[in-house]
Amino acid sequence: MLIKRRKASDVAPSEITPHSVYLRRREFLQTAAMAGAAAALSPLAPWTIGEAQARGMKLANIKPSPYTLESLGEGAKLTDYADVTSYNNFYEFGTSKSDPAREAGSLKTKPWTVVVDGHVENPGRYDLDDLIKPHALEDRVYRFRCVEAWSMVVPWVGIPLADIIKRLGPTGDAKYVSFETLVDPEQMPGQGFAVLDWPYREGLRMDEAMNPLTLMTVGLYGEVLPNQNGAPIRLVVPWKYGFKSIKSIVRISFTDTQPKTSWNMAAAREYGFYSNVNPEVDHPRWSQAKERRLGGARNVFGFVAKEPTLMFNGYQEEVASLYQGMDLKRYF
Amino acid sequence: MNAVTAAMPMPRNPLAYAKPVIWLLALSPLAWLALTAQQQGLGPNPAEYLNRFLGDWALRMLFVALAITPVRKLTGWTDVARFRRLIGLFAFFYVALHVTSYVVLDQFLDWAAIWADVVKRTYITLGMVAFVILAAMAATSTTGMMKRMGGRNWRRLHKGVYAAGILACVHFFMMRKGLQLEPMIYGAILAMLLGARLLPNRKRAHSTRT
Repeated sequence: MLIKRRKASDVAPSEITPHSVYLRRREFLQTAAMAGAAAALSPLAPWTIGEAQARGMKLANIKPSPYTLESLGEGAKLTDYADVTSYNNFYEFGTSKSDPAREAGSLKTKPWTVVVDGHVENPGRYDLDDLIKPHALEDRVYRFRCVEAWSMVVPWVGIPLADIIKRLGPTGDAKYVSFETLVDPEQMPGQGFAVLDWPYREGLRMDEAMNPLTLMTVGLYGEVLPNQNGAPIRLVVPWKYGFKSIKSIVRISFTDTQPKTSWNMAAAREYGFYSNVNPEVDHPRWSQAKERRLGGARNVFGFVAKEPTLMFNGYQEEVASLYQGMDLKRYF
Repeated sequence: MNAVTAAMPMPRNPLAYAKPVIWLLALSPLAWLALTAQQQGLGPNPAEYLNRFLGDWALRMLFVALAITPVRKLTGWTDVARFRRLIGLFAFFYVALHVTSYVVLDQFLDWAAIWADVVKRTYITLGMVAFVILAAMAATSTTGMMKRMGGRNWRRLHKGVYAAGILACVHFFMMRKGLQLEPMIYGAILAMLLGARLLPNRKRAHSTRT
């Protein structure tokens, strides 16, 4: 009969497995099984990956902000983490909504450098940490309205862009800020086809960039941004259509002329430089009067009903003054 | 001949099995859809998923219907034409479901908004024209209607399928943002299917009738 005697030098199982995981081992196994099943089914149902996937690292020392869920009014509800992270337009990883969640694993977000140039006192190549660390992260729940007439409510984590800009010190010639996304078809397989003229470019007028709502974002749901949501650093401009909120930023330039922006370059008739959420100005191909809030209230058929889109996505009080006297039909 | 085939009663015409097989194949996307819906749901935006899924299959089924003439020409297999009506009706079936999902799930029977879309949005206008053409073809697809209309008029109307195919592809191309590969592939397939009609007829090779 073989009796295994434990030697003092043997490693106890509890030493290998972190205690917290050990205590939740059943849950862990379930999650692992779910992940396996999700992987097997992934060509069918990529959105199931979101839930089972390992979630991002918790971000520490996040301070609260006035932009809470409650501030969005009664009945506001956060969009599920799984939906926020599995239904993405990020054409660098493919044109289907489910492509980014499936393909973005190839993006290397560490180390990450952001080039700062143009009319600015402190140009240079900044390591992401050097750009972010001097500031306190904030939790901010914003409405997110895609130009395709669907919307979400997302708890972002970030820093007001204004704080970063102040530190970089734009000169008097800086009238606009422009941004570029990484170009690397090895990491971003969707760039193998010229859906857009890569790199993806976006821009803001300086006063828009300095508006307190404009957020340089590094996380969501209190965690590090998943790659498919624009890791490691993206913009969030909540009163503009989602495509203005450029992802995976590698360059910030201060310019004296209005920068070129990707969707405007692709179809100037359909996507203006401003692209403010405006229910009265339709996209040439569809109405912008209503939106479908993902995970929102359902109609009798069991599908989410459309609801009216708000002027400036509901941020009229904060931003309407930026566009005083401008014809918003012309400057769409 | 081995034992298994010997034991099977041979039908007088092997094509007798073809129609049930076509039914099964043509309905299998819906079975797959139901299974997906039941197993893991249709994703964060089910209304959009459903509409796109039905649109994709409407276009694919229309291509299958349009492939019949090229198959006949290239292989000389004339019997294949007997399935054209059935497959064409299945194409219309998916088109009708696609339009229904737009009217009911997307617009929630908001007829004013639907009318505004039809007159204002070119890609919806084109899609609706294709729908009307295919609806007219489906309505006149019976032998009785063919007789009532007269062969020439009937054929003229049913040539509308070419227009419908082109409109459907343009509709697909226009609803995508940016320069996308998928609608281009569909466009190329349609071009081949239409181009193949210019080929000369091949002599009857495998016809069961003489």
